[in-house]
Amino acid sequence: MQRNKIPFADLYIKEKKHRKEDMLSIKNLQAKVEDKQILKGIDLQVNAGEIHAIMGPNGSGKSSLASVLAGRESYEVTGGQVTFDGKDLLELSPEDRAREGLFLAFQYPIEIPGVSNINFLRTALNEIRAYRNEPPLEAKEFLRLTREKQKLVEFDAKLANRSLNEGFSGGEKKRNEIFQLAMLEPKLAILDETDSGLDIDALRVVSNGVNKLRSNKNAFIVITHYQRLLDYIVPDFVHVLYDGRIVKSGTKELALELEERGYDWIKEPVTSESV
Amino acid sequence: MDNKSADILEEYSDKEYEFGFVTDIEMEVAPKGLSEETVHYISAKKEEPQWLLEWRLKGYHSFLKQPEPAWQNFELPKVDFQDISYYAAPKSKAKYKSLDEVDPELISTFEKLGIPLSEQKLLAGVAVDAVFDSVSVATTYKETLKEQGIIFCSISEAVKEHPELVQKYLGSVVPHSDNIYAALNAAAFSDGSFVYIPKGVRCPMELSTYFRINTENTGQFERTLIIADEGSYVSYLEGCTAPKRDENQLHAAVVELIALENAEIKYSTVQNWYPGDKDGNGGIYNFVTKRGICKGAHSKISWTQVETGSAITWKYPSVILQGDYSSGEFYSVAVTKNKQIADTGTKMFHIGKQTKSRIISKGISAGEGQNSYRGLVHVGSKAEQARNFTQCDSLLIGDRCGAHTFPYIESKNKTATIEHEATTSKIGEDQIFYLNQRGIDTEKAVALIVNGYAKEVLNQLPMEFAVEAQKLLSISLEGSVG
Ligand SMILES: Nc1ncnc2c1ncn2[C@@H]1O[C@H](COP(=O)(O)OP(=O)(O)OP(=O)(O)O)[C@@H](O)[C@H]1O
Ligand SMILES: [Mg+2]
Repeated sequence: MQRNKIPFADLYIKEKKHRKEDMLSIKNLQAKVEDKQILKGIDLQVNAGEIHAIMGPNGSGKSSLASVLAGRESYEVTGGQVTFDGKDLLELSPEDRAREGLFLAFQYPIEIPGVSNINFLRTALNEIRAYRNEPPLEAKEFLRLTREKQKLVEFDAKLANRSLNEGFSGGEKKRNEIFQLAMLEPKLAILDETDSGLDIDALRVVSNGVNKLRSNKNAFIVITHYQRLLDYIVPDFVHVLYDGRIVKSGTKELALELEERGYDWIKEPVTSESV
Repeated sequence: MDNKSADILEEYSDKEYEFGFVTDIEMEVAPKGLSEETVHYISAKKEEPQWLLEWRLKGYHSFLKQPEPAWQNFELPKVDFQDISYYAAPKSKAKYKSLDEVDPELISTFEKLGIPLSEQKLLAGVAVDAVFDSVSVATTYKETLKEQGIIFCSISEAVKEHPELVQKYLGSVVPHSDNIYAALNAAAFSDGSFVYIPKGVRCPMELSTYFRINTENTGQFERTLIIADEGSYVSYLEGCTAPKRDENQLHAAVVELIALENAEIKYSTVQNWYPGDKDGNGGIYNFVTKRGICKGAHSKISWTQVETGSAITWKYPSVILQGDYSSGEFYSVAVTKNKQIADTGTKMFHIGKQTKSRIISKGISAGEGQNSYRGLVHVGSKAEQARNFTQCDSLLIGDRCGAHTFPYIESKNKTATIEHEATTSKIGEDQIFYLNQRGIDTEKAVALIVNGYAKEVLNQLPMEFAVEAQKLLSISLEGSVG
């Protein structure tokens, strides 16, 4: 593959525009929440088989981008287009986006008391299957799949049987997101700071899981603050989001540079431009 | 909740009541109104002994004297007691010897409700007594139960076959003068179920009664009496439905439970009477008196209720903990949506020493539903080391509904321990979004969240019915949320 030779996403978009493996294409996406403009024109192209890392200072809009893609109601899209697998993503309901194969591993996973993790996953899986006109999984087959995926991402069976995230530690919640990811096998997974809160072993386990799950049919967008994660999950591209825009794109070396230099050198030009 | 959610909330607020059909069958209906004559008429129809007639008449006179209560947390609708017919029975035959004699229309009614009456078709291990308007139409598995000395029949039949038991216990827990609706029931009760479990017998199957109001302008006043003799155990379940009608119908039942030494009674209710339409027209007034007594030491009574129907649900299944070391439990899920009202809870009377009670109440309000928990924990002076734990949670869906709690505690013994916990929560938009993000639509998401919330109570139901109750919860809340 030649993709490492093209360091900038802009170029990249032009090159690959009409290729078959186009998965997600974001053009000039703008969104606001409670009258505050958060996303100010995002362009991003993600193809099957790729891993994109998104970095950027706190509050720059990374989770907002993930939320808008997943269809959170509180965000209002004020401009731009997003196509996902040839479909207009912004037209779809949140559940249909999920059923189309978009998965968001939440920065802050939600607790749902009394709903067993397994029951929840079975419901989710069967809803997704129904959308594809597939019959529900038989109990036996579902259990087999559960065991297989638990093993793959080294997820504790005890947690699988507990109420959904209820009383889970921060790290356990994050690992549950990856377990769900493994179960639902989405086309595109967005991991929003899945690494934060994980201990060193868990980080390795989760990364291994992701690496095992990746294929040339799926893609990942990995939001993180730490270069460390990218040692395990090696990205094809790294983007820096700042003040609602992608202000820099590059290869994995960019992450190393950011680690060394911080964000100030990237912030500068944007600030002077906008003054 | 934001605007879009609110819209969806509006959109779905009236979910069709799926049991709202009417069975077309010839009925014998008493003229409207209650008088001494009506009481005589009912008693004569049922060929009752003199003592029962007299007891009914005492009930009638007590009914005349009592004012309607004024303490409830809703406006009591005017019930015209003279506009109700107090007796309705399928005409064909007063009493059925076997299922073959029952009008096929009746059988099919119960089948439509998912209650097959032929024994082969029944859920394994569940015996059913079906009450249609005022009369018990069929009791299944009677013979099997009889082998163990268990009596499970209609109360009319028990009056004839086991008068000594009925006379001893009828009205012993809920007296004929207890409250106006109980007095009305004493005067006019038509039928109901009777259960007696002999000493040391563990009832091998779930006993269950299905109540169905069919005829217009009738009330249903059934009376249930369950006696668990020393060291016995029984689990009993009642379910109820009624057709859709524009007028309100009164359901004023009485349930009495008696647990002797070391006995245990588990009583479960899945109440799904017609709730009225979305504007609050029609629906059942479910004004019921349920009370049990733990008469003997180490006895136990447990009430579980899933209340999704009725325009107004007003009841407090209670336990008198008379025997030392006895224990009482109350597990409740009450759902109110549209204009439904529930004012429900329990009373635990700790009289014996070392008595224990546990109250778990889960209210769910949607639409403009109003849900009140009202509970009394009373500890008498002799109730050394009595213990109570109460947890009372409210879940709100949307912002036009209401949840209220009225916990009362009266303790006359310093050694008692009484704990009360209460929470109020809303279904969070972020919870729904989380489930949406996994491919689950909002309606299913709400069903999942609500069933999770009510799980502790649903878990108390006998297995066969837990699934049914889960479905019922999901169905009755269908579309209540965005
Ligand atoms: N509901 C809201 N109301 C007002 N402002 C909001 C709301 N949600 C997000 N924001 C703002 O949007 C901006 C972007 O937030 P976002 O969570 O996307 O940042 P982030 O890049 O993910 O940050 P972090 O690295 O801290 O996770 C922040 O300034 C945040 O305060
Ligand atoms: Mg974030």
